[in-house]
Amino acid sequence: MCTLEKRGDLFFLTLTGEDEHRFHPDTIDSVLSLLEQAKSESTKGSVLITTGHGKFFSNGFDLAWAQSAGSGAIERMHQMVKSFKPVIAALLDLPMPTIAALNGHAAASGLIFALSHDYVFMRKDRGVLYMSEVDIGLPVPDYMSALVVAKVGTSIARRELLLSGKKLRGEEAVALGIVDSAAQDSAEGVVEVSVSLGESLAAKKWSGEVYASIRKSLYPELCRMLNLTANNLATHNV
Amino acid sequence: MCSLEKRGRLFILKLTGDGEHRLNPTLLDSIRSAINQIRSYQSSSNSVLITTADGKFFSNGYDLALSKSDPSLSVLMDAKLRSLIADLISLPMPTIAAVTGHASAAGCILAMSHDYVLMRRDRGFLYMSELDIELIVPAWFMAVIRMKIGSPAARRDVMLTAAKVTAVKGLEMGIVDSVHGSAAETVEAAVKLGEEIITRGADGHVYGKMRETLVREVLLYTIGLDENGSSGVRISGSKL
Repeated sequence: MCTLEKRGDLFFLTLTGEDEHRFHPDTIDSVLSLLEQAKSESTKGSVLITTGHGKFFSNGFDLAWAQSAGSGAIERMHQMVKSFKPVIAALLDLPMPTIAALNGHAAASGLIFALSHDYVFMRKDRGVLYMSEVDIGLPVPDYMSALVVAKVGTSIARRELLLSGKKLRGEEAVALGIVDSAAQDSAEGVVEVSVSLGESLAAKKWSGEVYASIRKSLYPELCRMLNLTANNLATHNV
Repeated sequence: MCSLEKRGRLFILKLTGDGEHRLNPTLLDSIRSAINQIRSYQSSSNSVLITTADGKFFSNGYDLALSKSDPSLSVLMDAKLRSLIADLISLPMPTIAAVTGHASAAGCILAMSHDYVLMRRDRGFLYMSELDIELIVPAWFMAVIRMKIGSPAARRDVMLTAAKVTAVKGLEMGIVDSVHGSAAETVEAAVKLGEEIITRGADGHVYGKMRETLVREVLLYTIGLDENGSSGVRISGSKL
């Protein structure tokens, strides 16, 4: 399902198996507890790299699991949406730089999961970013839109991501400012550049607590929604 | 400390001397009183302020040695800088920072609190150093960053990599408006820009009001605004 491995300063969170890595209550729990583990084991210079195996980074929530409950489908969707929020909060709160190394497609909550990292690398040759909700007819939860607004700067890019139903390939994603780079022609290549960036960030030996505080203060609206405080006296000076 | 020169309709405020121009209470008071002087001039409905500095530094931030010796002084410096920035934001005239040297942390915030940032290409960088020196960044600094740096990736690079942003990089990132060969050329360009702005003849009081609404979020954090958008502490004597 997912594993956490430490190699020197770098934590590797890997979504294992050749499946779609859909988020289901069990996977959500696993990811959350692995993030908590990384947090508890963090030291100065720690960095997180998240990646996956196979064609998909993550294809979003497990809609089949929701639908299998018949009339209980909506309830199950709400459950997943609600339980996923702490995963995003945990990433924004993580006391270390975070890098998403996209091995493949990232859709819906899978894309949000990717964008919750400080840096996002994707492949040039394969893999798309896809906010599928507009096509499936599902509303986007408020904290997910807030994340897009926080991380994606122009109204054109936000429209392309949230409203167009487009499957954005690497080059376009870079042009829109949604990901940092899409220069690699393989999953291994993406991991390699992530490791390279990770090592240069690790070498700074920054305080994770200060790093997380500054990161959260970059996104005050989003953090309010996720019940995160930046611990930097973030109240208006009245 | 700082000098104020009037050149026609231009005001040139200079942080003098070859030091780091650390924003200690004395310098902050000195700058504030220069701004008060500017406000008191009759012709200030069509003027421009240029802020610049002597030497290698524009400003290297707060006087951290001072706050180490007495923590209450860091609260004082923060309060004084907040007031100064609020003052700059409500100033009834365009403002230009001619960045002729390093601008770090609070010094970088001071530079970015001007409407235009002109910078020399050959030396100096903009540097939000807090991550490197393990300082928490005040929320109101982040309000300035959010108002002045448009791209989320650029904000991340500035705040979360503690990037030393050269003038050319700053231009790319949209933080710096134009880049010039040397300190003298930067000030010259600021003067030229100031004169162009004055020629356009816009009313400074209207300009100041418009700027306040544009960077309203910063004002919220620095001096506090009520729901009507008017501040309890009225700093400028508005004509409207």
